[in-house]
Amino acid sequence: MKRTLSVLVENRPGVLTRVAGLFSRRGYNIDSLAVGRTENPSISRMTIVVDGDEQIIEQVCKQLNKLIDVIKLSDITDDPHVGRELMLIKVNAEPAVRGEIMQIVDIFRARIVDIARNSLIIEATGDADKIDALENSLRPFGIREVVRTGKIAMLRGARTKGMEASGDGTGV
Amino acid sequence: METKKLTGSEIIIKALQAEGVDTVFGIPGGAVLPLYHELAVASIRHILTRHEQAAAHAAEGYARASGKPGVCIATSGPGATNLVTGIANAYMDSIPIIAITGQVGLAMIGRDSFQEADITGITMPVTKANYLVKSIRDLAATIHEAFYVATTGRPGPVLIDIPKDITTQRAAFHYPPRLRLPGYRSRVEPHALQVAQAAAAIQAAEKPLLFIGGGVITSGAHEEVRQLAEEQDIPVIMSMMGKGAFPETHPLFAGMVGMHGTAAANYAVCETDLIIGVGVRFDDRVTGKIEAFAPRAKIIHIDIDAAEIGKVVPAHIPIVADARQALQALLARLPEKRERPAWRQRIRRWQEEHPLRYDECGLKPQYVIEELYRLTRGRAIISTDVGQHQMWAVQYYPVDRPRAFLSSCGLGTMGFGVPAAMGAAVARPDETVVAITGDGSFQMNIQELATLSHYRIPVKIILLNNGYLGMVRQWQEFFFDRRYAYSELAGNPDFVKVAEAYRLPARLVAAREEVVPALQEALETDGPFLVDILIDREENVFPMVPPGGTLNKMVTGGRQE
Ligand SMILES: Cc1cc2nc3c(=O)[nH]c(=O)nc-3n(C[C@H](O)[C@H](O)[C@H](O)COP(=O)(O)OP(=O)(O)OC[C@H]3O[C@@H](n4cnc5c(N)ncnc54)[C@H](O)[C@@H]3O)c2cc1C
Ligand SMILES: Cc1ncc(C[n+]2csc(CCOP(=O)(O)OP(=O)(O)O)c2C)c(N)n1
Ligand SMILES: [Mg+2]
Repeated sequence: MKRTLSVLVENRPGVLTRVAGLFSRRGYNIDSLAVGRTENPSISRMTIVVDGDEQIIEQVCKQLNKLIDVIKLSDITDDPHVGRELMLIKVNAEPAVRGEIMQIVDIFRARIVDIARNSLIIEATGDADKIDALENSLRPFGIREVVRTGKIAMLRGARTKGMEASGDGTGV
Repeated sequence: METKKLTGSEIIIKALQAEGVDTVFGIPGGAVLPLYHELAVASIRHILTRHEQAAAHAAEGYARASGKPGVCIATSGPGATNLVTGIANAYMDSIPIIAITGQVGLAMIGRDSFQEADITGITMPVTKANYLVKSIRDLAATIHEAFYVATTGRPGPVLIDIPKDITTQRAAFHYPPRLRLPGYRSRVEPHALQVAQAAAAIQAAEKPLLFIGGGVITSGAHEEVRQLAEEQDIPVIMSMMGKGAFPETHPLFAGMVGMHGTAAANYAVCETDLIIGVGVRFDDRVTGKIEAFAPRAKIIHIDIDAAEIGKVVPAHIPIVADARQALQALLARLPEKRERPAWRQRIRRWQEEHPLRYDECGLKPQYVIEELYRLTRGRAIISTDVGQHQMWAVQYYPVDRPRAFLSSCGLGTMGFGVPAAMGAAVARPDETVVAITGDGSFQMNIQELATLSHYRIPVKIILLNNGYLGMVRQWQEFFFDRRYAYSELAGNPDFVKVAEAYRLPARLVAAREEVVPALQEALETDGPFLVDILIDREENVFPMVPPGGTLNKMVTGGRQE
């Protein structure tokens, strides 16, 4: 079972290591992890796709929540959300097959962003299924290199996964 | 008005004082020289251990015995890495210690500088939090945050790595600085509905069991545990970390559960219809085979750490809260009295039919500990190392109050016993502190005899000397065809002479009748003392649930029960 976790973290040094370290130490499988800063530069958001049964996912969430740099964590898998991934893919493209490749690129609403003598770089965004499908369609031509960002996600509608924190230390 | 600026070293000391620290354990070195320069003239007592691992264990012993966080200091590189085992030990047993390490100067970090080690990277998985201070302006706030995080919620070790140049720069000092921890929540109120469900389950239960652990001691919930047990007539079992959280001499006490627990406690787990787990984490030494653990029972699990709920066993009624608060809420919802004579008697019968026992001929370790118990009237603070002697200490030295039994439980670190006793003796100078150790474990921090001797720290070391890594030998005897692969400690020194070389009084005991006089002498002599006791070499720890086995299938003296 794949779950998508949206995690707000403090932008402190080492926070990515802490999150990644937790996964390896406890033997959880990360499918993908994407991180970048939010509208507030001192806070970053990680979108983590994790694979595991219900008990493992529960542990992942609880253990992540214990990290002091983790401000808020939500499992948004079951909430309506837009999930996107960006892929750059370099395929063999002898002049004879370029037309065919361009058709595939059109169907997937991807773009060609670089052309060399015998290869092309294609850029595509979409959900994981679409990206996988595009990759599969291009495979017969010979894939030289794939770079994928991992999924990022945002809830649909006006709702946000807010930054309201519930932690200690507003006083003292 | 202009505030006077202080150096980083002065700030560290002022902050430690503001946090109530009176003693630190450590060893100086290049990166902490400026700090030590100030420490030498500060009111804080510094105890120079002979190995940084011992400084960390001593800080832990101090914390366990006093309830206050313990502090250890080491220099960068090897000093810091030497702390790691001690930090990991505190992490596994959820004990608050603060480790302060020197680091190479800010500009030198990341260049493989002399004595540079990435100690925050190394200790990330074994600290509750750790910090590399990158600006003198953050120093005081970081120290405050470190103490706060170490001691609140589920406690644990916190490391602060401080580059050398920061200890000589200057900044204004305000204390306590404002805490800002948006991602850290240490207080959770017990959920009223779950408390109500728990109360109903307790009333409905016919054979309930209170299972208490380290969290009860952390929380200071021992009085509440006792009240709940007595008012509701509920027998009590404990984990090893729970030793002292309920008086072991109490009629409702059924024993320690698990691998080397009592038959009564283990049978009770197999029959109970309700386990009230308080501050326990259902370790595999406790549960044995998980599918067969408490097969008939509902489980109420009270723990401050939400991640413990459902980690090992499913909890039917989880209560995420501080143990003391949760028990108070629970007590308020329960009727005043309840009797469960049949269940109580059933447990009593198991206790009578399967008492702890040993063959009394020869010089038996169990006998030594029984005599120690008698001579100290059960009032000593006991620290142990790891191995058979540890289990005999658990089994034959009942403890009636919290913070009086200190043992490396989760990590099982040989070498813990003597330095932890040292920390405890420093924290509680009014108490008798005894370290029960083995010949293997003792040699892992034997250099601390120098510390004990120099500061005259009155730790009584009882060395149960079997010439073996005894616990390993026992496993080889039971599970590896008696092939004692590298578990004999041939080449042991004359421990009495070793102690004497450190100017510590010591006595050798080679016969049963010498035990009591030697123990008496140790207890009556001021200051530290070593008693080296040549116990029966191949004595085993019973009962024993083989690893991964079912709790009611114990091996007792070679027989299956
Ligand atoms: C050789 C050897 C043999 C051993 N054999 C046994 C054995 O037979 N039986 C046995 O029991 N152990 C045995 N142990 C120890 C065992 O490995 C575990 O360390 C021990 O069982 C854990 O105890 P605990 O469950 O009380 O957890 P602890 O490690 O003490 O954890 C405390 C729990 O309480 C929670 N907590 C902390 N603070 C609070 C609070 N304020 N309020 C509520 N909850 C809180 C924590 O989140 C945690 O879940 C053995 C160890 C060794 C080295
Ligand atoms: C640092 C460390 N190394 C190895 C072990 C594995 N181990 C567990 S018990 C034990 C033997 C302990 O020997 P000793 O201290 O003499 O105690 P005894 O069992 O003989 O009473 C060993 C080697 C350990 N727990 N800790
Ligand atoms: Mg031994």
